[in-house]
Amino acid sequence: MIYQKCYLAIALFFALVLFVIWLSVYLGRRTKSPKGYFAAGGTIHWSVNGIAFAGDYLSAASFLGICGMIAVVGYDGFLYSIGFLAGWIVALFVVAEAMKRLGKYTFTDALDSKFQSKGIQLMAGISTLIVSMFYLIPQMVGAGALVTPLLGLPHWLGVVIVGGTVIVIVATAGMASTTYVQFLKGGLLIIFSTVLVICLFNRGLSTSPDHGGDKPYHKFKTLEAEVANDDTLTLSDPSYNVPAGWQDTPYFKDGFMKLEQAGITSFWKIEKRGEGYTLEETLTVTIRPDGEKLYNGAPKKAGRFFQVGHLKEIRIDGKPVDKTGSLGPISFLSAIKDSTVVLWEKKVLRDGDDRVTVYYQKPTEGRRVMRPGLKFKVGRAPIETLNFISLMLALFFGTAALPHILIRYYTVPSAACARKSTIVAIAAIGFFYILTMYLGLGAMVSGVVNITDNNMSAPLLAQSFGTTLFSIITAIAFATVLGTVSGLIVASTGAVAHDFMDKLMGMKMSDKTKVVAGKVTAVVVGVVAIILGIVFKGMNVSFLVGWAFAVAASANLPSIIMLLFWKKTTKRGIAASIGVGIVSAVGLILLSPSMYVRYGKLASEAPFALDNPGIISIPLSFITLVVVSLLTQRSTGNESSMVATA
Amino acid sequence: MAEEHGAQAEHTDEKSSAYKTRLGVRMFLIYCVVYFGFVVINSVKPTLMGADIGGLNLAIVYGMGLIVLALIMAMIYTNLCSKEERKHGETLGGRRK
Repeated sequence: MIYQKCYLAIALFFALVLFVIWLSVYLGRRTKSPKGYFAAGGTIHWSVNGIAFAGDYLSAASFLGICGMIAVVGYDGFLYSIGFLAGWIVALFVVAEAMKRLGKYTFTDALDSKFQSKGIQLMAGISTLIVSMFYLIPQMVGAGALVTPLLGLPHWLGVVIVGGTVIVIVATAGMASTTYVQFLKGGLLIIFSTVLVICLFNRGLSTSPDHGGDKPYHKFKTLEAEVANDDTLTLSDPSYNVPAGWQDTPYFKDGFMKLEQAGITSFWKIEKRGEGYTLEETLTVTIRPDGEKLYNGAPKKAGRFFQVGHLKEIRIDGKPVDKTGSLGPISFLSAIKDSTVVLWEKKVLRDGDDRVTVYYQKPTEGRRVMRPGLKFKVGRAPIETLNFISLMLALFFGTAALPHILIRYYTVPSAACARKSTIVAIAAIGFFYILTMYLGLGAMVSGVVNITDNNMSAPLLAQSFGTTLFSIITAIAFATVLGTVSGLIVASTGAVAHDFMDKLMGMKMSDKTKVVAGKVTAVVVGVVAIILGIVFKGMNVSFLVGWAFAVAASANLPSIIMLLFWKKTTKRGIAASIGVGIVSAVGLILLSPSMYVRYGKLASEAPFALDNPGIISIPLSFITLVVVSLLTQRSTGNESSMVATA
Repeated sequence: MAEEHGAQAEHTDEKSSAYKTRLGVRMFLIYCVVYFGFVVINSVKPTLMGADIGGLNLAIVYGMGLIVLALIMAMIYTNLCSKEERKHGETLGGRRK
């Protein structure tokens, strides 16, 4: 359809996999101790760790998900960028140094440092596993979605290749190899995203984006229709036939009309104009009763489906122009703000037994695209506003509670290095998130968006600048998944081998056995991740990541904050808070409208009206900690006074 | 080795950590006000976000400003922390290793 096999991309993809495996095996020979395996020996330089933070954090949701969301709904996608970045402030100002001071290999260590409580070890370990799994699923699904169109492989094989590579990375040298893979990926992602944005500025904007002359833009047809006295319809292009009874079709009252030309069916958006109608071309995906899919009325191979996204009108200094020429960072944004962008709306129609998804043009003022409100209907419905606040809360408080991010504080030699590496991370991640705005808007107006799957918008934008940049960007997108998944699996191995087996179950393992246990766990968690990646095929990449943040913020953050700043915190308070945080966040997610749609029910039937649980579950977890701590003061009085150096 | 390292880090940080924690919390609260100010405007009066500022609008300036502010505050924080650590002769952790 839209993608073609690109041999350079395939070559880079396999070169990357081989390099990463070689690096891991090389580092694996030097990794013998648990500290080497779980915390890269604690000797990583802060600048390397900072970029590795970026490599760990900028997951498929950031690169593919956010750019794709901005490409179709504008500024609302950028809200994720802002929330994801702002969360680092909590990590730096409140959590970083304390985590480093109190912990050894895992975030459970830090929470448990004052109490040595089995309850905390169990709950914090479970929390690490649950948050990591929530985060893993979309990464693996993203990997499959990325590999499928590029290599022509089935989804499951893509997931297996990613899972297999990650198992090698983690099972050989653990945190050491993971750190260097993340450093490499973080650096490459930022460098080449910058190159892509510079190319975009140089090309400027056009009302008929033609990929720099490589591919003529599809000119959308508009037909005029006159209605005769006997209700027959006469079209301005007579090669199209109007089916009889056109006024009686179920989709006519929804504003659509079906036409037929040379045996191909098409749907048109209609607008009443005087005595007649104006018909505008649309894109359609039809699912036949036998499961066959037709794209714009023909099978995928026919290549009738096309990429979309353009400006209807460009205004520079108040004057309309067809092309802008090269632009700068500010003039690029202001040119889009003052122009009219063609966005796309979706409507599902029934045509006999066929299910037709129609995508139609919706010209929208640039200034509307450049402010919030197209995805989050804030200010209009209270529930939508609450949903938005809940999401922004979870993003802000979630980052500092993500186990795979927290463990990176143990790879540097000191608290000061932890602090410095966080600053490098904020600079790198913040810079990248500013780029997402340009990449997303660039895709929106460059005729590159696959309207059925906006996750591929950034790589497809690269494709409009030629095969080389496309191949590099897709290889990096793939590395993005590898880096993040490796970090998540290291966090999970720490939870199982260190928190559960060594501390909770008191297995008193030797250093060597501990490393072996970590490696075996990496293989098991990797296999589970592969299975989940296959089972959850088709799930939106950004969707679950938002939930992972909500679960992390609810389960982990109240404990971390209160342990540091409230002297009366007790071990039972912490264990109960983590438990309530997990159960309430996951429970509310399972009862949310989005999940109800997945169960095949109506969103309105969901018992909980919000999609984002943070606004309920985070305060609930805090309250639980306070109440349980106050109730258990006497039994744990001596322990509770040992608060961190606050 | 691991145990030694942990003990060492804790020791060198001891004197300055109360100052650093206090500073961190204050800067965190300042950023909170700016961040939740952004969330409140978006929730209560989203049209205000469309107001022109130069060639751009409030949404872009405030949103990108939040990202830039995070970096500026982070740099101020680490400079003040390093200064305090030097005052107590705790320069070990800040140096390249």
